[in-house]
Amino acid sequence: MINKFVSSVAEALAGTADGATVMIGGFGTAGIPDELIEGLLAQGARDLTLVNNNAGNAEQGLAALLKAGRVRKVICSFPRQTDSYVFDGLYRSGQVELELVPQGNLAERIRAAGAGIGGFFTPTGYGTDLAKHVDGSLKETREIDGRMYVYETPIYADLALIKAERGDRWGNLTYRKAARNFGPIMAMAARKTVATVHEQVALGELNPESVVTPGIFVQAVVKIDRVATQAGGIKA
Amino acid sequence: MSYTRRSKDELAARVAQDIPEGATVNLGIGQPTLVANHIPADREVLLHSENGILGMGPAPAKGQEDYDLINAGKQPVTLLPGGAYFHHADSFAMMRGGHLDICVLGAFQVSATGDLANWHTGEPEAIPAVGGAMDLAIGAKQTWVMMDLLTKQGQSKLVQACSYPLTGIGCVKRVYTDLATLACTPQGLVVIDKVEGLSLQALSELIGLPLSQ
Repeated sequence: MINKFVSSVAEALAGTADGATVMIGGFGTAGIPDELIEGLLAQGARDLTLVNNNAGNAEQGLAALLKAGRVRKVICSFPRQTDSYVFDGLYRSGQVELELVPQGNLAERIRAAGAGIGGFFTPTGYGTDLAKHVDGSLKETREIDGRMYVYETPIYADLALIKAERGDRWGNLTYRKAARNFGPIMAMAARKTVATVHEQVALGELNPESVVTPGIFVQAVVKIDRVATQAGGIKA
Repeated sequence: MSYTRRSKDELAARVAQDIPEGATVNLGIGQPTLVANHIPADREVLLHSENGILGMGPAPAKGQEDYDLINAGKQPVTLLPGGAYFHHADSFAMMRGGHLDICVLGAFQVSATGDLANWHTGEPEAIPAVGGAMDLAIGAKQTWVMMDLLTKQGQSKLVQACSYPLTGIGCVKRVYTDLATLACTPQGLVVIDKVEGLSLQALSELIGLPLSQ
């Protein structure tokens, strides 16, 4: 019998290696898998590369991982938030590396990894500082039908941590509102995807027409009691 | 002759006036968000938010906030009947794929030919953050900028060439400011309208660039 439900976060995250690339879902406050991030903190893996849209709020979640010195590099689109002071400090003192990626390129690079695409040409960022490699050299460009494009590579991960709403034992998932954000594509891009759900349902209970992430992209599911998503990082 | 600057709400209303019935629009973080308040009630306009919402509604009543339903500025919003949620790759495909009609953004600088600088001041201490700015700038069928014409120091934000790091090249079609509305064209700036009492010559002097009408 296939049963992807595991009884605890600790069990789901056991074996996460030092140096792993970990994708973490969430945009702003919506869709952040808080319990899984806490679990990763407890699990102890170090030297991590985190892939997320942001770089942590206040002192919880991603910020706690950063503060604990467990993160070598952050790949994200928007590290600066009103309460992102933990990242700000580490970045300014050179203790964490940043790869800044336009949000749509970030999403598409993640999607490409999950879809087996070896990269793509995008118009986003052409002619800007983000069409350069970290060493300052220009990324490959190409003119296609009179328009200029930049070549971007896929982003693969060893582990994806995502927050869903309902799931069954085959790992089929649905999400809640804008908390969906990066979940479905990160689930595709990682060798191992761990999802939390607030509702565990029997096979057949999710409408097959409405499954958002088919179970093939999910390796472990943990049921977590619902806690209302909190405000945070709001930019006036 | 004296003239009065458009207030933030007057400027938002001026932008809203040009958004046609049936348009799909993304309003950027900050001042552009105000435009939503000025779209006439009898005009059906679909608002897109890059975190995965189409058919976004106004802010919820106090106490009704749901922090799983936020806009790109992380502020709580609502969903209109008929609205939809989708993941990030689909959301940015809507932009990059040219499916959005209009995107309204703020800016540090815009060049006469429509180069946009709005993501980074380039100062060494500033934490660089780009979000969806570069995708929005080049993705929508029309990119409009909404900003004060002058900085607090009185320098024009419409320039010959941007000195701040670029967000996109030649992507801005129109600039709505507190003093005038202008089109960016390969030939330079064209005045669409200006506040009463401001002459073309005075506007041209403020901007420091030739203007056509």
